[in-house]
Amino acid sequence: MQPFHKTLGSALILLAAACSPKAQKITAFMEQNPSNLSAWGVVAVRGKALTLGQDVVPYDLNTPLYTDAAHKLRTLWIPPGKTTQYREGGALDFPVGTVLSKTFYYPKAKDGTLLDTLDTSSDFSGTGLNLAKVRLMETRILVHRENGWVALPYIWNAAQTEAVLERTGGTMPVTLHADGKKRAFTYIVPNTNQCTACHATNATTKAIAPIGPAPRHLNKPYAYQDGLQNQLERLAALNLLTGFDGADEAPRNANWRDEEAPLDARARAYLDINCGHCHNPTGAADTSALYLDRPAHTYPAGNAGHCKPPIAAGQGTGGKLYDIVPGNAEASILWYRMNSTDPAVMMPELGRSTIDARGVALIKAWIDAQEGDCR
Amino acid sequence: MTKHWGLISAFMALTLFGCEQKATQSAASTDAAASQDAFQKQLQTQLLDAKPGDIISIPAGIYAFDRSLSLNVDGVTIKGAGHDKTILSFKNQIAGAEGLLVTASDFTIENLAIEDAKGDALKITEGKNIIVRGVRTEWTNGPDTKNGAYGIYPVQTQNVLIEDSIAIGASDAGIYVGQSKNIIMRRNHAEQNVAGIEVENSINADVYDNVAINNTGGILVFNLPNLEQRGEQTRVYNNLVESNNLKNFAPKGSIVSSVPAGTGIIINANDKVEIFDNIIKDNKTSNIVISSYFSIGSMNESGIKPSFDPYPEGIFIHGNTFEGGGQSPAPLELKALRIAMFGLTGRLPDILWDGYANPALLTDGQLPADKRLCVDNGEVQMLNADGPNGYKAPNMDQSAYACTLPALPPVEL
Repeated sequence: MQPFHKTLGSALILLAAACSPKAQKITAFMEQNPSNLSAWGVVAVRGKALTLGQDVVPYDLNTPLYTDAAHKLRTLWIPPGKTTQYREGGALDFPVGTVLSKTFYYPKAKDGTLLDTLDTSSDFSGTGLNLAKVRLMETRILVHRENGWVALPYIWNAAQTEAVLERTGGTMPVTLHADGKKRAFTYIVPNTNQCTACHATNATTKAIAPIGPAPRHLNKPYAYQDGLQNQLERLAALNLLTGFDGADEAPRNANWRDEEAPLDARARAYLDINCGHCHNPTGAADTSALYLDRPAHTYPAGNAGHCKPPIAAGQGTGGKLYDIVPGNAEASILWYRMNSTDPAVMMPELGRSTIDARGVALIKAWIDAQEGDCR
Repeated sequence: MTKHWGLISAFMALTLFGCEQKATQSAASTDAAASQDAFQKQLQTQLLDAKPGDIISIPAGIYAFDRSLSLNVDGVTIKGAGHDKTILSFKNQIAGAEGLLVTASDFTIENLAIEDAKGDALKITEGKNIIVRGVRTEWTNGPDTKNGAYGIYPVQTQNVLIEDSIAIGASDAGIYVGQSKNIIMRRNHAEQNVAGIEVENSINADVYDNVAINNTGGILVFNLPNLEQRGEQTRVYNNLVESNNLKNFAPKGSIVSSVPAGTGIIINANDKVEIFDNIIKDNKTSNIVISSYFSIGSMNESGIKPSFDPYPEGIFIHGNTFEGGGQSPAPLELKALRIAMFGLTGRLPDILWDGYANPALLTDGQLPADKRLCVDNGEVQMLNADGPNGYKAPNMDQSAYACTLPALPPVEL
């Protein structure tokens, strides 16, 4: 184990706990799958907070995947002495032994009701996620073992003290409150095969890999305790990233909520993270010929979606002729499938039980602003 | 097909054979929901834990699921006690785009039924050596636009055998093999689907000894644009293709929504198709339709790759037995055309071609020998509907089709 100061440098805002002698050590299980999340140590309940383990680095993404309006705490841990090779395209080339975690939670009001809000400012206390202010739902672990990545879903108990491995996933009734309105739905935790459905971004090799921690998603500032710093530069400063030439040289997806950013960049960043893991030339949805990954790339006619007839959409057509009809979102299959919760229609097929109204509005604005016609 | 599956089994058991694993669970519970939940978790766990060579047996009974099942381990067999005895019901499904999703090779599924999936019933993708045998996929409420799209649906697979299976009520295709290679579909029964049996963008398929009855279209051989693999080389023979006159209930915009009710066999934009020794009867639009992608109605410049070839070429029809059909075509243009050409009581001929041929390949109005449409079927005639000219000058000149093509080789798995 390397000395703390050498691996981490300055303390991160979420690593206050790690500064105390009590911060839990990490165990990267390379063969067995422990029943309790706490065995890993990457996140654990300590007092009234969900705290990070030693040398665990939090991160977030320029534009995240929508998961029923859940907030997410993402972390990465790289074995001491190892480093990650910078690369573009997919995720960074994390070494064997790397443990990623993603904790899904909802902010909650004083009366315990769960909130539908994009505001994360109340989520954190000095030591981690403030359990007086959030309800933990599930934590997904991605561990890089000798034979590849393995995905494991853990579901938090009602007492919010521990999360337990549920390889077959699970369902939980949730009611979210916003602006005096309620929406009730079944929150669904995927089974481990379903983890593969998204994380095997190459459906032929079926090898699973992280999706979020790729340069274009990570290339943004993060509010560490010592101030804002670009996440990639932070990893490089921590000696966790090599081959990196600086944030200016790295690709960067737009923040889908940044109204200063071009509409096209925002929409394509949204489609990239929400759809591109399947809708890419080697992904599970290559059967459809519609590619929505790589915002900076222009796919040819027939793959980009404009005026593209569906292949095997079934009810997903919604009576519409083309994936994207320029200038007319409501005549577009893409919009229709995002705007549905019918399992036979909805896209993505997995990972949500509700409609992302803000995302749908973004894509609608994007399509409505396009010019051309399908002749 | 009627439903006669008896009582919901209160006694659920699942046995895993193979390796040294042998897990048996019996749950006799008064709480049916809890019991169903337990079985769902049990079966999904078996699928997660399966090892190559395992046989997962599901005894007779009706089993309810509220989420998709999935398997991604190679070499697994799933077996029921019969398609009318072991029934996986997804009637109350809340999540998942299919009933059972398989992303694995060397997979066999036999003797069970998958009912009322919200999306596709059985989807198998990116696998080699796939066997589907004695499986029934059905939407039990009959034809309905809200039914799932595909019954038995291998896509991007190789070496696929689908036999002795039944598909009923799919709002797209009952049995649909897409973007695959080396396929045998035989002795299946497809009924009350929009498309009974469909081969799409696939290479080397044999479709024989099937019954396609009371669908909108009986047997389809299609090529769709923008995909990596263009399909060709399909043999359709020894099938009974009868009375596929069901009103088209596919969602508009789906490709099969363009198939006219009353179509026996339809080829669209596919090449090297041999149709022989079938019995094709009483399909009221036309017993056989040969069409181009133009007739689908989605052709446009900005959404279709220029490399896509929309024309059907190298089609050979011979030795089929025709009876009835063509007396009441569904599309308005064809209704008018029937009366204009064949009189009030007349019928369209057994084969209808939309008339589109690649102008770049024509020499003196004739396609090269290997790309022609050939009919060698006794007195049977083909109508050229003159689609490219707005159906203005349809003609019955048979001389253009008086040719033969070499027999296609059988598929060997």
